[in-house]
Amino acid sequence: MTVSPTQQPEASASLVKPTTARSYRIWLYIGVILLALSTTRVFTGADDITSAGTLRAAMIAAIPIALAGLGGLWSERAGVVNIGLEGMMILGTLGAGYFTYHYGVWVGLLGAALFGAVGGALHALATVTFGVDHIVSGVAINIIAAGVASFLAEALFTGLPGGGPTQSPSLDRPPTVTIPGLDALTSELAAKGWFLISDLAALVNALTASMSLFTLVALVLIFGTGWLLWRTSFGLRLRSCGESPWAAETLGVNVYRYKFVAVTMSGVFAGMGGAYLALVASSGYQNGQTGGRGYIGLAAMIFGNWRPTGLLTGSLLFGYTDAARLRSGGESVHALLLIVGVALLAVAVWQLFRGARVMAAAGAVVGVLALLWYFSTDTIPGDFTQMTPYVTTLLVLALASQQLRMPAADGLRYRRGEAG
Amino acid sequence: MNILRRTALVLAAPVLAIVVAGVLTSIVLLTVGDSPAAFWETMLSWPENRSLVNIINEASVLYLSGLAAAVGFRMNLFNIGVEGQYRVATFAAALFAAQAFLPGVLNTVATIMVAMLAGAAWAGIAAVLRVTRGVSEVISTIMLNAIAVSMVAYLLRKTGSREGQTIVTDTIPESSWVPGIPLLPDSVTDVYGLAILAVIAGIAFSVVLNRTRFGFDLRATGGSESAAVASGVNVKRMVIYSMLLSGALAGLIGMPNLFGVSHNYGSTIQTGIGFAGIAVALLGRNHPLGIAGGALIFAYLSEQANPLGILAGISPEIIAVMQGVVVLCVVIAYEVVRRYRDRLEQRSVAEALDASGPSGSGGSSTKEVTA
Repeated sequence: MTVSPTQQPEASASLVKPTTARSYRIWLYIGVILLALSTTRVFTGADDITSAGTLRAAMIAAIPIALAGLGGLWSERAGVVNIGLEGMMILGTLGAGYFTYHYGVWVGLLGAALFGAVGGALHALATVTFGVDHIVSGVAINIIAAGVASFLAEALFTGLPGGGPTQSPSLDRPPTVTIPGLDALTSELAAKGWFLISDLAALVNALTASMSLFTLVALVLIFGTGWLLWRTSFGLRLRSCGESPWAAETLGVNVYRYKFVAVTMSGVFAGMGGAYLALVASSGYQNGQTGGRGYIGLAAMIFGNWRPTGLLTGSLLFGYTDAARLRSGGESVHALLLIVGVALLAVAVWQLFRGARVMAAAGAVVGVLALLWYFSTDTIPGDFTQMTPYVTTLLVLALASQQLRMPAADGLRYRRGEAG
Repeated sequence: MNILRRTALVLAAPVLAIVVAGVLTSIVLLTVGDSPAAFWETMLSWPENRSLVNIINEASVLYLSGLAAAVGFRMNLFNIGVEGQYRVATFAAALFAAQAFLPGVLNTVATIMVAMLAGAAWAGIAAVLRVTRGVSEVISTIMLNAIAVSMVAYLLRKTGSREGQTIVTDTIPESSWVPGIPLLPDSVTDVYGLAILAVIAGIAFSVVLNRTRFGFDLRATGGSESAAVASGVNVKRMVIYSMLLSGALAGLIGMPNLFGVSHNYGSTIQTGIGFAGIAVALLGRNHPLGIAGGALIFAYLSEQANPLGILAGISPEIIAVMQGVVVLCVVIAYEVVRRYRDRLEQRSVAEALDASGPSGSGGSSTKEVTA
């Protein structure tokens, strides 16, 4: 369901382990992006687009999205589309709020995972056991989760000191780590405003100074998932349930069980994303805290071609646009317009070169409009900076979705005994 | 299968779901220490006339929203963006109506057209992205919802004026207002005049889907895309058309309230109708009459929940839990009932074959029926 049905099936491709060429390409992308941002910063004077503060905020905005996307990855690799991630994330924020207040941050993280897992198990029950349409079940879970969270929040937090019917008391933050020495050096370098060097220093600073331990946990989970799903027999079986459950069944894989485990784990990760939102990105549970990040996580995973490193890249992109709007948003997003305009023109030229005239024209028109907007204004109104992450999602999916390949049996109904 | 048994099977799912949802809600109430007895007493008391009118009004709006979602669902197209389409369309309509380009009723009619066009245009973005770029309409409509909120907020600030805490567009000229229908005498509120739109849309939905080539193609695409393609349906065109239709219906959602009560678009616009509409469509199985039932149930639950806090000391939020559980239970129940009916059908076919043909052919024929 997630991308057009006209795509070529190439089932064998995803069973092959990622090539080294692919992992080099990531570094190339990062280099190009850093160069572009640095050039733009020098050219426009919008210093906040690569400041350590922005990059750290980008990281904090990206991790919940990545964890939701990771949940989506587990679920969709096993062939179950999970739009209920948003709801599972909401349950996670509530679990984190309740358990952290009473038992501390680490139990809070586990509690969030547990609450998310309940949502995941519900989705698995509906889609795997009863064969309900995946989107339908996901929508229902989002409705239930939002209701449960606001009802229970009122029951659990009213009367606590600093708590109320729509929010938990202010909670402890997870501990942070800083690599001593590097912090002072990099922030000094970053303050110089040198082309590329300062930007790189800011990046190093954001990654090494006061980084939340939850961030490390999330990164371990993301790369651990890559290992587990692509390098172990458990992972091969799980992915085979998403590519061709009927074939997996004939080989003796208990498809129901694998799907059930995958979708429940999906809830676990989304719940952890909720915990990150409640404990790291803010200081407690609030109603409506997720703000659609579960959906963006799903989009990040699609953008990342159903792969761990890809979804992390996608999340960082969305996290970055989110952070850019928060830190001197008008100026930063305005500067980003320049990059978007130039990038779209480059895409247009590339498409023209490949002979895709319509795409080239569309890219050129939007690109020129972005540049016109950039040169005719000095800043961007707050409402527009707010929609940046969503517009980015749409643009990126519109440009990239043709190269993406989802698991072959993703979203299909599977019942045991129908093989053949 | 005789007609009685068929009806029983059709009704079994929703009844089962509502009972299960009631039980689960009671359990949730018990676990947090609230009294289920007090909850049910409030919920099941006969509503006052004022509440009845509110239920009808709310249901008519939910019904339009449910229809909008159902158009897509009938061909496996998930328009999650009814919420955004409704918002964009209502804003565009309020803006247009306040200009009063046309006099009186003509302005009303033209505005309704504008709302449908605006809703269709907003949905059209997702449709175009789907057919040209292969972007899932689920993701794109969700993103468009968020974009609609910011965009309308921006435009409202540009065009509207401040009124107390909120910003509102200019008021529609009084000659274009649609008066309410005083259905129940001693109620302070009236039924929306444009609640009639819901009735018209429901009939039109039914006719288009069941009596036209377009409706047939739409249902065929939903039933089996490959079969539809084989019979000459242009699926891409169907995606565009049904998405535009869905958006146009979503554009109607805001009209009863705009012309009946608020007479302008304010930042306090009712939110969540689009998502509730999806739930209502699922509850009613995307069937025009079923959706009407679903809309009435949802409206009843919401309206009856209002005094819960005062009368029973229970947070009205519990009703959102119940509504969600009803939807999940109902889709599961439909699936269970469908499987049961398939089995019944298989058995009756097998019996018929065993009775007429030579023994042994029954087994393989049954398999063909199920496949």
